[in-house]
Amino acid sequence: MSKILIITQREFLSRVQKKTFLLTTIGLPILIFVFYAMIIYFSVKTTDNFQIAVLDQPNLFNGKLADEDADIVFSFVQNETASSLKQKVDTEKLDAYVIIPKTFDLAAIKDSLQIVSKKSIGIMTRQKIQHTISSAIEEKKLLTGLSISKNQLDSLQRSNEIKFASTEGKNDSDIKAGISYGVGFGSGFLIYIILFIYGTMVMRGVMEEKTNRIAEVIISSVKPFQLMMGKITGIGLVGLVQFLIWIVLVIGLQLLLPIIFPDMLHQIQAQPMQPGIAGAANVAQESGAMAGIMNGIGLINWPLILGCFVFYFLGGYFLYSALFAAVGSAVNEDAQDAQSLMLPITMPIIFAMVIMTKAVNDPNSSLAVFGSLFPLTSPIVMMARVAHGVPEGVTVVQLLLSMLFLVIGFIATTWLAAKIYRTGILMYGKKPTLKTLWQWAIRKS
Amino acid sequence: MSSILQLQNLQKYFATQKAVDDISFNIEQGSIFGLLGPNGAGKTTLIRMITGIFYPDSGSITFDGKPFDGLNDAIRIGYMPEERGLYKKMKIGDQALYLAQLKGLSRAEAMEKIKYWFKRLEMESWWNKKVEDLSKGMSQKLQFVTTVLHEPKLIILDEPFSGLDPLNANLIKDEIYGLAKRGSTIIFSTHRMEQVEEICDHIVLINLGRKILDGTVQEVKQQFKENKFSIKFSHKPESTDNAVFQVLQQKDNALTVKINEGYSSNDVLQYFLNEQLNIESFNEILPSLNEIFIGLVENTSATARAFQTIS
Repeated sequence: MSKILIITQREFLSRVQKKTFLLTTIGLPILIFVFYAMIIYFSVKTTDNFQIAVLDQPNLFNGKLADEDADIVFSFVQNETASSLKQKVDTEKLDAYVIIPKTFDLAAIKDSLQIVSKKSIGIMTRQKIQHTISSAIEEKKLLTGLSISKNQLDSLQRSNEIKFASTEGKNDSDIKAGISYGVGFGSGFLIYIILFIYGTMVMRGVMEEKTNRIAEVIISSVKPFQLMMGKITGIGLVGLVQFLIWIVLVIGLQLLLPIIFPDMLHQIQAQPMQPGIAGAANVAQESGAMAGIMNGIGLINWPLILGCFVFYFLGGYFLYSALFAAVGSAVNEDAQDAQSLMLPITMPIIFAMVIMTKAVNDPNSSLAVFGSLFPLTSPIVMMARVAHGVPEGVTVVQLLLSMLFLVIGFIATTWLAAKIYRTGILMYGKKPTLKTLWQWAIRKS
Repeated sequence: MSSILQLQNLQKYFATQKAVDDISFNIEQGSIFGLLGPNGAGKTTLIRMITGIFYPDSGSITFDGKPFDGLNDAIRIGYMPEERGLYKKMKIGDQALYLAQLKGLSRAEAMEKIKYWFKRLEMESWWNKKVEDLSKGMSQKLQFVTTVLHEPKLIILDEPFSGLDPLNANLIKDEIYGLAKRGSTIIFSTHRMEQVEEICDHIVLINLGRKILDGTVQEVKQQFKENKFSIKFSHKPESTDNAVFQVLQQKDNALTVKINEGYSSNDVLQYFLNEQLNIESFNEILPSLNEIFIGLVENTSATARAFQTIS
């Protein structure tokens, strides 16, 4: 056991002390930050002269709806139908439309308005539309002199939600759905990248030991299994440390965002503070865009996501790195040999990535369920489902089963890989085929 | 003296060949033992079994009186493989420390021994250098140090002098003698017969996975002697026709003769004394290990060993 520790220590220190480690560890978060900043910038940016048609059948607004900054142009239309409006939006004569049905009841609990657009509307624009319409409704309510208590008013405000949808009929209003998508896709993709980067790092480490012929010296002192596990653990620790540094850096940089985008800071500070009227639930509607995102982020179950991420990161890493180590032990100096033997390992990873992109949209489809249970794909696919929450995205039973399968899968691949490794690490000469690898793996003793 | 290592009926078969096929021998403690054989004879496989890298298919290894246990006995064995291996990017001091710790030494112990050996072989200034900065001979020296650092009871050296200049080779040779004197047993695997004759007490020759020769260097030479003598005279001998010996070679006033069956060296001397020839020297020609080796291995298809399948 202590020998595994000595090996782990060497593998860890020899990598952490390299200059490239420092470079990627600091460089990547900065890159992520730049991306992040760009995404926020584009999603927050207001579209100028946003054309929105209003088919006001009950003539609720009397043809009066105007954005304070006049960025959004509300044009009242008549003699139009939903389908003709839809066509106009599709052909981009209009950016969006909203139909206020005749039956629209200010006091009704469930009635809500739907803004239909072709492209997803930027968050800032969305906020402005919501703000303009809801304040108009507010005003209307007061004018009609509905005698209602403050409490009722609060609940009314919540009920008269303004929803957003795309012309394809997809509901686009849920900020949480958007963020779940982002988190699920992001963390799944991160695990995908981690499996590749650290898996190949393990493979190259094993190849180095083999071509340097140091393996024979070491294997006369320790078991091949100890050498393999020491290497895998050491590199895994490098990954974990790197990941922790990234998290710290990304959070640190995030605090810088408001300084770089003073507009956003302004918005957050300018949140209307009306404790009586604006309840906690509609902060998203009332406040600025940034607060909207923050609110959405707050809806995600972060301890669950982070816990799952670390579990699937480690599980996936150990499962695949053992396989990468086996390939590294089998090939000789030639990097091309490694390519062809790596294919059976990279295939399921890529396959998992494909399933993940589907699962993030539809976390309960049978493909997603399969992908998140099967240990070779679950580290990537499950992240997409978990981001949607338990039990909306994945049931507790499925989550626990998936974790169990992953642990079993990890033990099985390590066991097989250790046998290939033990034979391969001292075998020189002819390039082994997959068939011979399999023979090494299943051979007893 | 007692045996440090006893091999009994060791066998190791690979899918396509019998790498080691029923080999037994003993190695005395404190001896320098030569393990000889052509390429592909099974030497490396045999050594890998002794170092615990491979498990024998059958047969037993007794190390220091007890059945050999690869993991626990690792600290008492030092192995320098023929293909040298070190981490290229690692600092030399760290590397020696790492390998010593893997053998089971504590950090402090390892440090102390490394300092002792580095000083002894004048390598102290290398500590912070990387292996890639070293010449082949230098890294060979480092490899030797990492092999013997923990003062193992059994040291296995596979071609330890390849790539060393005569000066460094002598340095290493002296260390090998020193280690043997202090009680370590050394297994020395090589093709260089002149080194074997010089260094080894006892040799075993294997070919095609089998042991074909076992004994001390003198015993082996006696066993393969062909009753050849070289005789030098003060002037050129005239007629040499007789029943006692045949002349194999004549060069000026020296003769190389082979004594015929039933006669001894005294009969030869007797003959020349009778001839009134003035003998300056009379020496038995013992075969060199090189000749014995070639004689035994040649024509056994060992040079182009096929990977025959086991029937």
